[in-house]
Amino acid sequence: MKTIEVPAMARVEGEGGLFIALENGKAVEVRLDIYEPPRFFEGFLRGRYLQEVPDITARICGICPVAYQMSSALALENALGVIVSKEIRALRRLMYCGEYIESHALHMFMLQAPDLYGKESAFELAEAEPETIKRALRLKKAGNQLLKAIGGRSVHPVNVRVGGFYSWPDPTPLKALLPELEWGLDVARDAVLWSNTLTYPELEVDYEFVALHDDHEYGLMGGQVWSSRGRKLSVTDYEKAYIEEHVKWSNALHGHTVDGSTYIVGPLARVNLNHAQFGPAAQRAINEAKITLPLKNPYKAFIARALELVQFLEEAIEIIHGYAPTGPAHLDLTLKAGEGASASEAPRGTLYHRYRLDDQGLIEFAKIVPPTAQNLPRIEADLLALAPKLVKMESEAATRNAEDLVRAYDPCISCATHFLKLKVEERQA
Amino acid sequence: MATSKPTVAVYKFSSCDGCQLSILNMEDELLDLAGALDIAFFLEATRSARPGPYEIAIVEGSVTTEHEVARIQDLRHQCKTLIALGTCATAGGIQALRNFADSAQLATAVYAHPEYLKFLKTSKPISEYVKPDLELWGCPVNKAQVLEVIAALLAGRKPNLPAHSVCMDCKRMGTSCVLVDSGTLCLGPATQAGCGAICPAMRRGCYGCFGPAGQANTESLSGTLRGLEHYQGEAARLLRGISGYAPAFRTAADHVLEAAEGVK
Repeated sequence: MKTIEVPAMARVEGEGGLFIALENGKAVEVRLDIYEPPRFFEGFLRGRYLQEVPDITARICGICPVAYQMSSALALENALGVIVSKEIRALRRLMYCGEYIESHALHMFMLQAPDLYGKESAFELAEAEPETIKRALRLKKAGNQLLKAIGGRSVHPVNVRVGGFYSWPDPTPLKALLPELEWGLDVARDAVLWSNTLTYPELEVDYEFVALHDDHEYGLMGGQVWSSRGRKLSVTDYEKAYIEEHVKWSNALHGHTVDGSTYIVGPLARVNLNHAQFGPAAQRAINEAKITLPLKNPYKAFIARALELVQFLEEAIEIIHGYAPTGPAHLDLTLKAGEGASASEAPRGTLYHRYRLDDQGLIEFAKIVPPTAQNLPRIEADLLALAPKLVKMESEAATRNAEDLVRAYDPCISCATHFLKLKVEERQA
Repeated sequence: MATSKPTVAVYKFSSCDGCQLSILNMEDELLDLAGALDIAFFLEATRSARPGPYEIAIVEGSVTTEHEVARIQDLRHQCKTLIALGTCATAGGIQALRNFADSAQLATAVYAHPEYLKFLKTSKPISEYVKPDLELWGCPVNKAQVLEVIAALLAGRKPNLPAHSVCMDCKRMGTSCVLVDSGTLCLGPATQAGCGAICPAMRRGCYGCFGPAGQANTESLSGTLRGLEHYQGEAARLLRGISGYAPAFRTAADHVLEAAEGVK
């Protein structure tokens, strides 16, 4: 028996390992072992008051707390049968823009770009490409400043509540960010051009792409759930088509369609399904960089993220220009027993929440389906496809290639625990 | 790599990654920091990973599995200075809510096969297993404080961290009191400063994510909070939140719950 072990996976959020079993030199099984400890959020949400939920679920992920806050608020508002004002919705979108700018800049330049350049880290890449990394850090900072201006801080912001915001943010610091965001939009346009000139490992997969869809804007919060196989559902029917399973080797649940097939959520799925709803800047960027859609290579999520940076920077600028808060910053909620579900698009994919409330506003039941749980079976399938190539490589090169693929998905293992130790086991047939 | 720069390792235990992200969020200082330190282990940032010993180990997260118990004990031997980073590491974090519940039942609420899982019944701070040299609170930590701690270590001095409460920061900032103005429950009088008193500034009560202040009079505060509740159990839930396993908040929540029982 041949066993190769390598250190834990780097540049992903959370921890896990990869296991490949060989029979007569042929890969027969691939498992991502997720040993990130379980934290039982859906368990201890029971009995908490509804307004505590956005603050608690934010702590599932420090990289995309806004996604957790938004999905919580939307699902709980559905449970109470209320709809927020246009102004509140616009501010939510603006806040989400901040999270996308921060998260995509982090993932593209600091987590995935080192792979595309064969480097160990952004620090190492910064020695070779100092201007690229400096620009990336400045862009990331702009996203974080936007989050801070709306939510008080960028990690676990404090202004989101069920029904809206605790208070309207002061317009002055928001407007003051405009020049930096305009600069960022130029950087993002360049990043799209650059992203389409890089060399990506070859792998084309006929994925089922799944993302939220809205006819009138780039799908982000609520609305419909579209699949590249033609399935269209209301977001409240999510669980009728997409279900989760608990497998032995993973503290992260595994998602699949009701037919038992794998699917993927995230930037590739969103761009492929929703590029028609892109604003003028991202549409132009597609044409200028001569990007052919749909993108079916998982590594090219990098290109999709670059396009989304353009989209969300353009949207952020537009929303700030129109920001003139009027009326209450949040709805006055009347408590009643009920159940509600919704989803929003976290930077790494669709994040679905469902809650049941009692008539005192206390949570009786909570279900959270994070994006990484949905992508894990598909990542494993991609690794299985890659395995014949991997087993011919030296251990270090094999690990590196496997890691590069996993990282391209931007998995958030902390959220999904629900990273990588490569173990190759040679079995006797 | 031969170097005279101090070796630093950043380790993750049970957590959300947000405190490590606060390090990566030092956009203006990050590259200088990476130049001044020899980053030996920081999986969120780099795949090059070297074993100890380290000069400084920074630990995010709480201890929730047997494996993590062994890991923190080993790490304590591997480093000169151990920094517990963030409220998970200093008080067990939000996942310490399991300490007040039946963890087997919580597991059943989330997982179809709890028998696949290995976990401890409690989520505890680093200090319950080994002695950290420094505890930096916050959910998440304030990145300026992280920088101050690293700068102080490099200079061989004591870090300058605030000991006063959030309440004092509100007064300094001229934020009117949400407790007095609108009867909003607020842990500001009993919570360590460091966040910039952002919650009251947004017109909501502080929920104690930087942990109890050293001089906190939680007994007097919890009495006040109980009297202002908008729904039954609000004060106890507020105390038993992000920093709920910190001794001062834990005791205060127990008192509030006992008092509520007494009224019944």
